[in-house]
Amino acid sequence: MAKMERNRRTLLQGAAWLGAAYTTAGWRRLAEAAEAPITVGFIYVGARDDYGYNQSHADAAAEVKKMPGIKVVEEENVPETQAVQKSMQGMISQDGATLLFPTSFGYFDPHMLAVAAKNPTVRFAHCGGLWTAGKHPANTGSFFGYIDEAQYLNGVVAAHATKSLKLGFVAAKPIPQVLRNINAFTLGARSVNPKITTTVIFTGDWSMPVKEAEATNSLIDQGIDVITMHVDGPKVIVETTAKRGKLVCGYHASQAKLAPQAYLTGAEWNWITAYKTIIDAAHTGKPHPNFVRGGLKEHFVKTSAYGPAVSEGARKQADGVKARMLAGKFDIFTGEMKDNTGKVVIPKGTTLKQTDVNLESMNWLVDGVIGKA
Amino acid sequence: MPSTVVRLWPHRIEALVLPLLALVTALLLFGLFVTIGDHSASQAWQLLFLGAFGDAFSWQNTLQRAAPLMLTGLCVALPARAGLVVIGGEGALVLGGLAAAVLPQMVPGLGGASGKLALLLAAAVSGGSWIALAGWMRQARGVNETISSLLLSYLAIALFKHLVEGPLRDPASLNKPSTLPLGDALQIGSIGTYDVHWGLAWGLSACLVSAVWLAFTTHGFATRIVGGNARTARLIGLPTQTLVITACAVGGACAGLAGGIEVMAVHTAANAALISGFGYTGILVSFVARHRPLAVIPVAILFGGFGAAGSLLQRRMGLPDASVQVLLGFSFVLILASDGLQGRIAGALNRWLDQREARRPSATPPITPPGTAA
Amino acid sequence: MSAHAWVDLLLAMLGGAIRVGTPFLFVSLGECLTEKSGRINLGLEGVLVFSAMAGFGAAWLTSSVWLGVLAAGLAGGLLALVHGLVCSLPQVNDIAVGIGIMLLGNGLAFYLGKPLMEPQAPQIPSLMLGDWSSSANVQAALHINALFPLGLALALLLRWGFTHTRWGLLVRMVGDSADAARALGTSVNGVRLAATVAGGFIAGLGGASLSLYYPGSWNEGLSSGQGLIAVALVIFARWNPLRCLAAALLFGAAGAVGPALQSVGYGAAYQLFNALPYALTLLILLLTCSPQRAARGAPMELGVTR
Repeated sequence: MAKMERNRRTLLQGAAWLGAAYTTAGWRRLAEAAEAPITVGFIYVGARDDYGYNQSHADAAAEVKKMPGIKVVEEENVPETQAVQKSMQGMISQDGATLLFPTSFGYFDPHMLAVAAKNPTVRFAHCGGLWTAGKHPANTGSFFGYIDEAQYLNGVVAAHATKSLKLGFVAAKPIPQVLRNINAFTLGARSVNPKITTTVIFTGDWSMPVKEAEATNSLIDQGIDVITMHVDGPKVIVETTAKRGKLVCGYHASQAKLAPQAYLTGAEWNWITAYKTIIDAAHTGKPHPNFVRGGLKEHFVKTSAYGPAVSEGARKQADGVKARMLAGKFDIFTGEMKDNTGKVVIPKGTTLKQTDVNLESMNWLVDGVIGKA
Repeated sequence: MPSTVVRLWPHRIEALVLPLLALVTALLLFGLFVTIGDHSASQAWQLLFLGAFGDAFSWQNTLQRAAPLMLTGLCVALPARAGLVVIGGEGALVLGGLAAAVLPQMVPGLGGASGKLALLLAAAVSGGSWIALAGWMRQARGVNETISSLLLSYLAIALFKHLVEGPLRDPASLNKPSTLPLGDALQIGSIGTYDVHWGLAWGLSACLVSAVWLAFTTHGFATRIVGGNARTARLIGLPTQTLVITACAVGGACAGLAGGIEVMAVHTAANAALISGFGYTGILVSFVARHRPLAVIPVAILFGGFGAAGSLLQRRMGLPDASVQVLLGFSFVLILASDGLQGRIAGALNRWLDQREARRPSATPPITPPGTAA
Repeated sequence: MSAHAWVDLLLAMLGGAIRVGTPFLFVSLGECLTEKSGRINLGLEGVLVFSAMAGFGAAWLTSSVWLGVLAAGLAGGLLALVHGLVCSLPQVNDIAVGIGIMLLGNGLAFYLGKPLMEPQAPQIPSLMLGDWSSSANVQAALHINALFPLGLALALLLRWGFTHTRWGLLVRMVGDSADAARALGTSVNGVRLAATVAGGFIAGLGGASLSLYYPGSWNEGLSSGQGLIAVALVIFARWNPLRCLAAALLFGAAGAVGPALQSVGYGAAYQLFNALPYALTLLILLLTCSPQRAARGAPMELGVTR
């Protein structure tokens, strides 16, 4: 077994080396074949119609399907196990895909990296991962959006709408992407009224409707009157909040249709921007964009249209902040900033720009959040 | 007219033909189901074969998916032979995975073949003790093991998530809370140049060893007696309690091993992705295999094949991912229903043979071939 | 915390118990009826999911929530019929078939339910039992699922029916001694089939409660094993419909503890608190079972108790 192991490693190293050597050649070959039809594969971890994360990707993939010279293959409900490795390899071997979008965070390491090492001429564009030059192969890359900007705006709008000054956040797990959203939402709200608090409930799972509904009810029982969330499918939370007569800010996609009266605004993905950038590069044979990021300004994320419950003052203030964000003149995470245990997490005079990768490893909850990171 | 001669081979043929007939019927039903949804049945059948067993890639895909199912299947099959219905293999699997991921942090310097074996052993022991606990609750406290193993499984998963996302979390694991990754020296690789890891060999060997244990050892025979009739077992002085708990422990060890292998060969660390339902699919595998360790192998391969093909059905035909579940559901119910026809085919064969014998008075009576009575 | 706040908290837990516990109640009652006749239907998890989908779909298509509820019951009964028919064949193991039914029910529900994830269907109305109170929390806690009183009545009816009606006695006789029933000229398979189908119908109402009241929408994570747990609760409740009610409410309340604690700011080890219902059930089983009287109250023909 040990010998096999060694052989396998040698083989992999060889493959990686060959991959690096052929990369340039590979791109050139792709360039010659430019504008020839290419097959693009999309893999989702949940159901495509979840009114949330997976739908935000599937909707953008549907846009991709309309682009000329592109063939799209899709798979949904693919778990983060060897199954996704086989799905990726299957798209390559059986469908001839040359560009893959594995869209769940958990696909990155080890699954996508393992398949990418075996297929050096195929491009992999992962959503959410932290691609690092030198550490990860050149035929892989990651894209993501600074959706905390839209969550900040959610917070501003929520702050104007709350009467109890208590906001609620239903979240799946205490991980950096989620904590960053909770913090941005709270900072936005407290920029309007510093007395506001945000109570967080972690459900522990990305999709667990009954638990999400129960969390929403528990929050409302505590007098919370505006709720937002970070779970894969926000439908149940939006509907439950509306049923209890409270207000809600959406996430991932627009859930306005589900509760037109209760829906204030929402933080939405606009993946098509990233998709187009990456697909165009593949189509024209340009090098694979390895690290793609953007916020409101770059059209990676957007906000839902305001609902009827949003006051004039709220609109004005939120639009003002949004304009500054669009102009690139607004920073969410500026010092001095303390977490909710009183520890200084961003020293005075320091500003963490959105592009700062330190923000992608956030492990604290800002002052004003009731909950444990 | 009852058959006067005892022939075994008609029963053997029947045992093979009945499930196959059920499977074919399930495929036909599935075709019908797909046709109602305005898809082509023949294309679906073609893709099912192509995706599961059509070429080298498909075979590797299928076998890779089958490997953990062999082990989780045994987690149900072995206690079942001692008379217990254990459905909590998922819990044993995640605890096994956790043990394998955590051991190197507690015992630094592990590596090579001995290090890997130590990890697998840790996985097997933790999975084994978890299911043994369900067996013990049954024997000592009279708690129904089907429920207790299910509850224990939910508890194990909660504990696993708590530890992986809390005290044991690698701070660098960011958005995918995981334990510290295993070093290269502790990972399990692929078999040769194939895209199938060594877990397959472990699964196959576990099935073979279990079959030998049940069929050829006194201990295995005693376990089967307990499973057949606990009262008789007690009357003839067998230590039923120990036998039942041992069967549970060995079954749990297999599921734990599956978890350890998943961590060492696929995930490289313990994280929530490990909770992906192999334990529950193992229940299906074992029931279709009638809790026979040797039959677990082909059944697991069949399940793996359906899984592999499901991927292709989605991409080529746009069928929902659940189409595999529907097909499995049809197959499963029909294979079990075919038990109801047991004895019919063999009986008909026997009658036909009897009549033939009767027409040929000079023929020597058929002799049961030696070795078939095992 | 003031006395008033405690009352609020307890009421909130009661509200949670009813919200979360109602599907458990229906599935465990359905299973109780089935098992009383001497047959196990482990497939009620599949029945729950399939009927939740069917009920949601019917309510959406017809814009009538009660037609949806009916459809959920019928869908549950239909799937249970398959279970009952297959189990009527000789030499067939009911536990195994149940697991097959679980798989089939889930598969069919997920397959047919794809177009139902986005729409919204009419919802089962709430009974406003808390309007006497001025506290918003009390009002909210006592907004009760209109199906819950039905479940309550059903539990009482089954309890009474098992001992006071011809049908009840018949079901119990078939469940306790198939030979005695045969001697009396009763069709054992017929009674079991009827009990299984009726049990499936009742469990189907639990599905309607999930997709048409709480959480009130259809998606693939809707059940997450609730049907399986509800089946376990029957043994926990020792085949007594009233104890099924208590078990379902206890389980629901225990499930409400985790989120409630986080909502008042206690967030440590939330994963462990989420597992509280399972730990509690196991603990009670350990305390109340003993090897000598393991099967007390159990139908004698039931495989799982032997």
